[in-house]
Amino acid sequence: MVSRSLIGILAGAAALALSAGGAAAQQKLKVGFIYVGPVGDHGWSYQHDVGRKAIEKAFGDKVETTYVESVPEADSERAIEQLARTGHGLIFTTSFGFMEPTLKVAKKYPNIKFEHATGFKRAPNLSTYAAKFHEGRYIIGQIAGKMSKSGTIGYVGAFPIPEVVAGINSYFLGAQSVNPNIKIKVVWANSWYDPAKEADAAKALLDQGVDIIAQHTDSPAPIQAAEARGKFGFGQASDMERFAPKAQLTAIVDDWSKYYVDRTKAVLDGNWKSQDVWGGIDSGMVVMSPYKNMPDDVKKMAEETEAAIKSGKLNPFKCPIAKQDGSQVECKGNGALSDEQVLGMNFYVKGIDDKLPQ
Amino acid sequence: MTTFEAILLTIVTASTPLLIAAMGELVTERSGVLNLGVEGMMAMGAACSFAAAVTFDSTLLGVAAGILAGALMSALFALVVLGFAANQVGSGLALTILGLGLAGLIGAPFVGSRRDPIAVVDVPGLSDMPLIGRLFFEQDLFVYGSIALTVLVAFYLTRTRSGLMLRSVGENHTSAHGLGLPVWRIRFLAILFGGACSGLAGAYLALVYTRFWSPGMTAGRGWIALALVVFAAWRPGWALVGAYIFGAATVLQLHAQAAQFGVPSQVLSAVPYLATILALLALSIRRGRAIGAPGSLGMPFVPDR
Amino acid sequence: MRFELTPRASVSPVVRALAPVAAFITAFLIAGLVIWLMGRSPVAAFQVYVSQPLSDPWALQELLVKATPLALIAIGLAYCFRANFWNIGAEGQYVVGAVLGSWLALKTHGTEAGFWVLPVMLLLGILGGALYGLIPAFLKTRFGVNEILTSLMLVYVAQLTLDYLVRGPWRDPKGFNFPQSVTFDPSATLPPVLEAGRVHYGAVFAAVAVLVTAVVLGRTLFGYRLRLTGDAPRAARFAGFSTKATTLAVFAISGGLAGLAGIAEVSGQIGQLQPSISPGYGFTAITVAFLGRLNPIGILVAALVVALTFIGGESAQIMLKLPLDLTQAFQGILLLCVLAADALVSYRVRLISRGVAK
Repeated sequence: MVSRSLIGILAGAAALALSAGGAAAQQKLKVGFIYVGPVGDHGWSYQHDVGRKAIEKAFGDKVETTYVESVPEADSERAIEQLARTGHGLIFTTSFGFMEPTLKVAKKYPNIKFEHATGFKRAPNLSTYAAKFHEGRYIIGQIAGKMSKSGTIGYVGAFPIPEVVAGINSYFLGAQSVNPNIKIKVVWANSWYDPAKEADAAKALLDQGVDIIAQHTDSPAPIQAAEARGKFGFGQASDMERFAPKAQLTAIVDDWSKYYVDRTKAVLDGNWKSQDVWGGIDSGMVVMSPYKNMPDDVKKMAEETEAAIKSGKLNPFKCPIAKQDGSQVECKGNGALSDEQVLGMNFYVKGIDDKLPQ
Repeated sequence: MTTFEAILLTIVTASTPLLIAAMGELVTERSGVLNLGVEGMMAMGAACSFAAAVTFDSTLLGVAAGILAGALMSALFALVVLGFAANQVGSGLALTILGLGLAGLIGAPFVGSRRDPIAVVDVPGLSDMPLIGRLFFEQDLFVYGSIALTVLVAFYLTRTRSGLMLRSVGENHTSAHGLGLPVWRIRFLAILFGGACSGLAGAYLALVYTRFWSPGMTAGRGWIALALVVFAAWRPGWALVGAYIFGAATVLQLHAQAAQFGVPSQVLSAVPYLATILALLALSIRRGRAIGAPGSLGMPFVPDR
Repeated sequence: MRFELTPRASVSPVVRALAPVAAFITAFLIAGLVIWLMGRSPVAAFQVYVSQPLSDPWALQELLVKATPLALIAIGLAYCFRANFWNIGAEGQYVVGAVLGSWLALKTHGTEAGFWVLPVMLLLGILGGALYGLIPAFLKTRFGVNEILTSLMLVYVAQLTLDYLVRGPWRDPKGFNFPQSVTFDPSATLPPVLEAGRVHYGAVFAAVAVLVTAVVLGRTLFGYRLRLTGDAPRAARFAGFSTKATTLAVFAISGGLAGLAGIAEVSGQIGQLQPSISPGYGFTAITVAFLGRLNPIGILVAALVVALTFIGGESAQIMLKLPLDLTQAFQGILLLCVLAADALVSYRVRLISRGVAK
């Protein structure tokens, strides 16, 4: 059976090669994914794969999905083009580093739809999408501000890129909103994914008096380290409760399922258009897992903040925002920082007593 | 617990897997065989130990599976480099690639599972000593085991007849053979020991350090263990020192960040590697030319008859 | 029970040439068995891994693209390995070459600098790699520090340096603070060999390096000197060859070629500096060097074979949904088989039970 379907695929591929990658194979839409890490990272790539499975579940026989995992960013063009050449009608490339290669391949295959996560370059057949994880980080900041006994909260960052910096700022602003004297310590793991090193980073923070750990690296190691010391933390990308049932206060879950299903449906219905989506809690891309291990009043506050952000009443980056030196940031959005300002954030807000690596 | 004690504790746990793997490789290299496959054997140890621990819900069986996996991988290596006298550097690299791939296949079904932390063993009375009490007498069994391993290896190599035989095989396999020593068998056992230790180090990573399994979780630690053997000039005591220096550099750079010195984090991340080079340089200058590499290291053994 | 090895008196060139072929067949059989055990069809896997890429012009072109840096670096390593010096740090030399070459590209960005930019960039790339390769060589010759260790440690240092540069001083000011440099000007871009193709001039450099090395290693005194230093260091000293000079020379050559590969990839393929510019080419090239038995032509073939496993591995993920780990395991098996076959050609192996021979 395997070989029979293979012959089918081969024949399809050959036909495509002859027709120079046209929009053949109308009957079944093939959706392809490029992951930067292994599907088993239980973080970033894993959550995209959850989204892929949601497509299969939603459309059953009408679609077929494929993925290529651990694609190195420096050598991704070929993998993307392989998907384009093998009859895929919709291709998701799920890391910032795939931006230029995706753009190149998209230009070469105008009939195929491309979706690139977290980038900023678009084309008529290339959309971009990302999620406002900093909205969730404001909520966990408030929880951390309330729950911290030592008055110092910690953050394990991967790399000082704008997305992570915006997350730290939002987390800190949230904490400051409930505890003006809160302090934060940041440690950079210089890796998205190195469980043992992430654990060491969390331990270093705990050793320095931090009692709540937030993380922007992919593995459950930091929150596990918090659990082992009887402290608290927040899950990242996926619900990490099973790794730290006593320590996880909540998790900021990347939920791509709805977006992926919607976009697949758009292609199936023939009304896909290039767009730039930056979805927050309201869009369902950012989901807070159940609030646990905290007193009822903290839980209530978290739920209210979540509702306020969802309804648009609260923006973590509402003006005025002051930089570390006290200078005001120009307010380019509607009463808050504009999306561009948040997407390109390269400063710490006032009150963070650390130097941002530049 | 003071901050200082806490930091030392973290350093000890960060150094333990490096020390275990380095100790195994040290014995292998002392017998004259260079096995660059530590990273692969470690990855297999991590994957197999975790798979077994979850399947049978037993840390003990997990550890056993990790050791066995490492030993089996090294047996394959032994077959190729001893049986067929193939190039050791190349075969070791092949073992690394193979091990990382196989570990991925074996571990895939266990992504997302977790294990509970293993018990800390408290030595009554001693653990209450100020400063060093908790550091030395309130650790998990692996930490005690790694130190015991170091002592045993040191004792074995310098004080036993069998250890002497192993060293002479490593120094000069031709004359050892001439003296009637079973070169092939000694090396085979030394390779197996190295594999078992690498597997154990992997088991420590998966079952104690992170307590979950994920692809690529060894993240280059096997290579560091290899570097430590050279750094230690093939002496167990120095391997212990080296492992703790490296562990300390890794952990302290994170503390330096948390303490907000304002140095770019990349510079601090580079510190462990630069420190290793500098320490090695200092040692080499002091010791002069004789850095103690086993004479037959890396050379295939083919007896003339 | 033990093995007994006897050197074979003479080995015909035909047997020597057939050994790798036999190794390949063995590796395929083992891999086929594994795939069969996983419940998949080995025949289908063989088609996707091997037959299909070799019969598709696009895949053949991609083969060259992927093989180019591997061949360039592995050729350099052949010099080192032949003389029994273990340069494990080609990845670092690749990165430093790329960084130094790119420095000029970034300096001249947006200016009217002319045709001289690209050649100077390439020279800087070679220089950077060579100088970085000379560090472990110098430490070895001057202080007796083991080169395996230092060259490997320097890889991490090089990667972190690149990381610092692209996240800090060399970041594209218009790139929303994302960690990447500006895109190189056309004058700093290595052009493709054929218009609109993906194969850049690095492939030509690799071909030249193979030819030159074949002559140098086979027909010059320097080649003889390397072999003598590797096989019989004392004899080499008696012959008046300075080990120090040899060490420095081979590290400079292999570092330089790795640096050339680095700048060629960045300027011909990626088009900008980013945190990750190599999917581990420097390490894979070590495999390639051994797979090619340190012979220039062999290395060329090996680079193509390894490139084929990467491309076939991606196809297998897409078409057969076989995991990436399988490809990696296969590469390991293949290398083991080739090394073993090589040894079997040189020695006669007999399995004898204990007690028979002492």
